[in-house]
Amino acid sequence: MSLSEPEVAKVARLARIAIPPDELPAMTAEVNGILGWIEKLQAVNTDGVEPLVSVSGMTLPLREDVVTAGGCAADIVSNAPETMENYFVVPKVVE
Amino acid sequence: MTTFTHLTIAQALKGYRNKDFKPSEVVADHIKATEQLRPLNCYITETPEQALAAAKASDARYAAGTALPLDGIPLANKDLFCSKGIRTTAGSKILENFVPTYESTVGQNLLDAGVAFLGKLNLDEFAMGSANITSAYGYVESPWKRTGAEGAGHNSPKLVPGGSSGGSAAIVAARGAMGATGTDTGGSIRQPASFTGIVGIKPTYGRCSRWGVVAFASSLDQPGPFARTVEDCALMLNTMAGEDPKDSTSARIETPDFTRGLGQDIKGLRIGIPREYRPSGLNSEISALWDKGAAWLRDAGAEIIEVSLPHTEYALPTYYIIAPAECSSNLARYDGMRYGLRAEGKDLTAVYENTRAQGFGREVKRRIMIGTYVLSAGYYDAYYRKAQRVRALIARDFDEAFKKCDVLLAPTAPSTAFGWEEKPTDPVEMYLNDAFTIPASMAGLPAMSVPAGLAANGLPLGLQLIGKSFDEITMIRAAAALEAAAGFTATPTIMAA
Repeated sequence: MSLSEPEVAKVARLARIAIPPDELPAMTAEVNGILGWIEKLQAVNTDGVEPLVSVSGMTLPLREDVVTAGGCAADIVSNAPETMENYFVVPKVVE
Repeated sequence: MTTFTHLTIAQALKGYRNKDFKPSEVVADHIKATEQLRPLNCYITETPEQALAAAKASDARYAAGTALPLDGIPLANKDLFCSKGIRTTAGSKILENFVPTYESTVGQNLLDAGVAFLGKLNLDEFAMGSANITSAYGYVESPWKRTGAEGAGHNSPKLVPGGSSGGSAAIVAARGAMGATGTDTGGSIRQPASFTGIVGIKPTYGRCSRWGVVAFASSLDQPGPFARTVEDCALMLNTMAGEDPKDSTSARIETPDFTRGLGQDIKGLRIGIPREYRPSGLNSEISALWDKGAAWLRDAGAEIIEVSLPHTEYALPTYYIIAPAECSSNLARYDGMRYGLRAEGKDLTAVYENTRAQGFGREVKRRIMIGTYVLSAGYYDAYYRKAQRVRALIARDFDEAFKKCDVLLAPTAPSTAFGWEEKPTDPVEMYLNDAFTIPASMAGLPAMSVPAGLAANGLPLGLQLIGKSFDEITMIRAAAALEAAAGFTATPTIMAA
């Protein structure tokens, strides 16, 4: 199947990537090229085949529910674009 | 010898123990080499002071008789591994100013073993690419030049080192570091190793911890070593591998001594030749080299068995659903709030959208778009679930093949390195570079590339060995035999003096 430019614009919105209108045709063409190519998987008979989610074949380990780290707020915010008193400062969300 | 940059890791360790030379002398030579090789653009960040400080500590330990397993070995670290207090970019503009406050487990394991890291190596942005041309920090140039009509002069076309671990491969091939870390999601260690005439190992998924490695596709990503010999790679892997409580997918299994695979004969070892790796259009030189590799192993006592991996042709499209899906989830974290670039915008959504538009390069955006689409409501079953089912069939193919053989032998890449200006413009054509490496990644199997010869254009070609899950030792045993038979001694045009 092939995506239209408005559909690609919708995917870009879902992915939170701004795509200027003049770049939309090229992105649409590239995405459709890749989607057309991965379409060949539909030819594979996978009836009764369980999806392989992980190759490790093991259950995830549980650890004791105890505090193992903390007291490092300054480390955690050290790469933030904007901080105040060891809090992240973000753009206003609620008007 | 006037310079120490041509030593292997094993030779350097021997020299240190015998007090023939000291780590600080060897590391100083490598820092000089780093400067000489700067035009190749292997590094994003150089760390000569840290390397020298580490080397001095190594000198003291050798003097005191308390040397560590890789004490004083000059290595370089792919800039996908977080390094404490040292900028880590993942080759992306979005992490241009990111300075981790912690060290990756693999990096820490190497530091604890006494290595001196020379710097952080260039790579394709977020490890997405096969030529090291998607980095926000510029292309990496391979130290190799073609022979023949175009000439081997320094003005002849610049070649790619492969990718995504292009800086790792180029610096090791050019004798700027004895070894380097890499990561392999669909071939990012093996393909550049083949392009640059060195050895690279992608261990079994789970063998090396992914903690502190910037995530691309979590069910596939696996760290591994680059070096110029099989032995050096085994030595590095001994230190890099190990269970890590901080990575829930790290295997709860003991790390063996991988050097046990070295220096053994391969009499009776069953080598499988997967017939689907010889499509009708396969380059005849690569086909011939593969036959030669099989003949070398047969002459060394192995049994050559033809096997079939019927779903091979579906591995690449399966990968280009699963890897972008996981990438779109993993890269959702780059929102400009907690770390990384933040762009301006009229509201919060616009801040997100502009941050990601400015911070990510074209290939990364494309993969996020594909991943977002295949995971979106209404398409999840048709694409993502379907791909996971085909992935199960690909893994099953290997299980069946390994009932008949112990190790598989195949080409690593479908061509020699190509030029900066000759890169395919169609993304799908670029993806075909990984056609031979992706199937083993999908199955989580250990695989490695060993330099096996030069093509008529003077560029190296590697052969790939694929082992059973967690049986790197048998794979290394076959690789050492292949290395001995191939006797690859060619060196690149551009090398540290």
